[in-house]
Amino acid sequence: MFTPDEWQALGLSLEVAARSVLVSLPFAIAVAWLLARRRFLGRTLLDAAFHLPLVLPPVVVGYFLLVIFGSRGPVGAWLNEQFGLRLVFTTAGAALATAVMSFPLVVRAIRLSIENIDPGLEAAARTLGARGWDRFFSITLPLTLPGILAGVIVAFSASLGEFGAVITFVSNIPGETRTLPLALYTAIQTPDGDAAALRIAALSVSLGLAGLLLSEWLARIVRRRLGP
Amino acid sequence: MLEFDCSLKRGDFLLEVAFSAPSPGVTALFGRSGAGKSTLVALLSGLLTPARGRIVSEGAVLLDSAAGVNVAAEERAVGCVFQDARLFPHLNVRHNLEYGLRRVRGREAPIRFDTIVDLLGLSAMLARRIRELSGGERQRVALGRALLAQPRLLLLDEPLASLDAERRDEVLPYLERLREQLGIPIVYVSHDFDEVLRLAEHLVLLDRGRMVASGPVREMCLSEHLHAIVGASVVGTVLDGIAERIDSAERLATIRCDELFLRVALPQVEPGSHVRLYVPADDVLIALEPPRNVSARNVLSVEITRLEILNGSVLVHLAVAGTALLARITHSAVRELDLRAGKRCFALVKAVAAQGRRFDRRAAGP
Repeated sequence: MFTPDEWQALGLSLEVAARSVLVSLPFAIAVAWLLARRRFLGRTLLDAAFHLPLVLPPVVVGYFLLVIFGSRGPVGAWLNEQFGLRLVFTTAGAALATAVMSFPLVVRAIRLSIENIDPGLEAAARTLGARGWDRFFSITLPLTLPGILAGVIVAFSASLGEFGAVITFVSNIPGETRTLPLALYTAIQTPDGDAAALRIAALSVSLGLAGLLLSEWLARIVRRRLGP
Repeated sequence: MLEFDCSLKRGDFLLEVAFSAPSPGVTALFGRSGAGKSTLVALLSGLLTPARGRIVSEGAVLLDSAAGVNVAAEERAVGCVFQDARLFPHLNVRHNLEYGLRRVRGREAPIRFDTIVDLLGLSAMLARRIRELSGGERQRVALGRALLAQPRLLLLDEPLASLDAERRDEVLPYLERLREQLGIPIVYVSHDFDEVLRLAEHLVLLDRGRMVASGPVREMCLSEHLHAIVGASVVGTVLDGIAERIDSAERLATIRCDELFLRVALPQVEPGSHVRLYVPADDVLIALEPPRNVSARNVLSVEITRLEILNGSVLVHLAVAGTALLARITHSAVRELDLRAGKRCFALVKAVAAQGRRFDRRAAGP
């Protein structure tokens, strides 16, 4: 029913989305915690900076990534020299592009969750002898779980669908950076690719549906565990 | 012994409080809302640092701003029970109880898990989730959790305020048991005078960020500052005594408070047990001659020491057999009987008016 290329695009999409979420999650939790619980100079600026990808055209984000992480960009050249890590035209680069694009969504979801935690619980943990990191891992993080879950699901879905930043930063290379939306775009550009386009679209829809059902199920488990 | 002396400014609110409280025993911090009780709790627990202050508990300096000492809340070992319990919703009862116990870190841990579970009646709910607990059960778990962290001082911040009367009566006996069985000094913050009477030995009165008076509950009951806060109808005398004789046929107990013998409707006490009596000032009558054929079981020969005007009525301070007694009467009665300091008369106390509470102090009395 599906061609090997299409299976490959599907597999690649899932890989890119998974890597993107894995990489961005720790940073997202840290930034969300900073924004929710700390008052510091430049907090508003930091908040705005992380929200930029939401309001910028994805192509612009892709362009900036190219400038910074390109083989001659300041960070890109360093990464290549130190670790032999190349981001342009690679799956890793696609994951980075989708991570940057979905970052504000993850931060937002997690931050809302942290802001909902009664600070009194953390104060109680302090009086019971729980120091900083211990308190964070035993109280704050478990209670943030609903937000983390929501953030992961949103980020994963957004990563599956990211087009502009990916194609600008890492181009459209089969087996390397051609995810489902890029494959769909390619099919539309191909003279008799209508059938292929329809198949890829159907694949995307089923993937989205499965994601939604999964997230609903997970949310229900978390609700049951944490309760009101 | 707890020594506390802190000052702190927060916006318009200035807190300047110094008091010391004996230990072991229960010290009540009592005052209207806005008196600074919650701020005091935060200062004691270390969650808030004052501009200047010194806190010493059982010889351990927890805070001394002059010497640059400020033990962090995590290391203070001041157990806190908050009004809203603050149990961790993602942990079950057992894991909530163990939270502090696991973080004792090398300090001695004489308070055992099983002891606390028994004392607070928690064994049936260990596996339950927090949201399945009633308000009273939550406070019991919060008490247990705080105690298992092996505190040097237990701080109870209106632990009963969010409960209805029935739940309150469910938790109070546990608090009384704690006071008797664990030798940990307790600071009890409350705006409910009844709770204070029931639990506390020492009272610190707070008003608008100041300590206005402090002392043993018995003496504080005579304080005009307290009368102004609790209101005229609640004023009364606290008497600590020992049950001398029990007349079970008449359902009367004779309680000896210093040299004063009071007959009280208290059928369940045992001879020799310690009893705290509370005699409301509204239930004490004054007569110039000893009345005959009167229903009141106690007719006491007293001397008026002082007349205190309180909200349009008069609070008569009486001296009787070495202790004090309060009676609240009208101006008209004062005029008609020509009552003044130094005059001798008789006080009538009904046996059913004196509300008694049994409590057993293992340690030597107050």
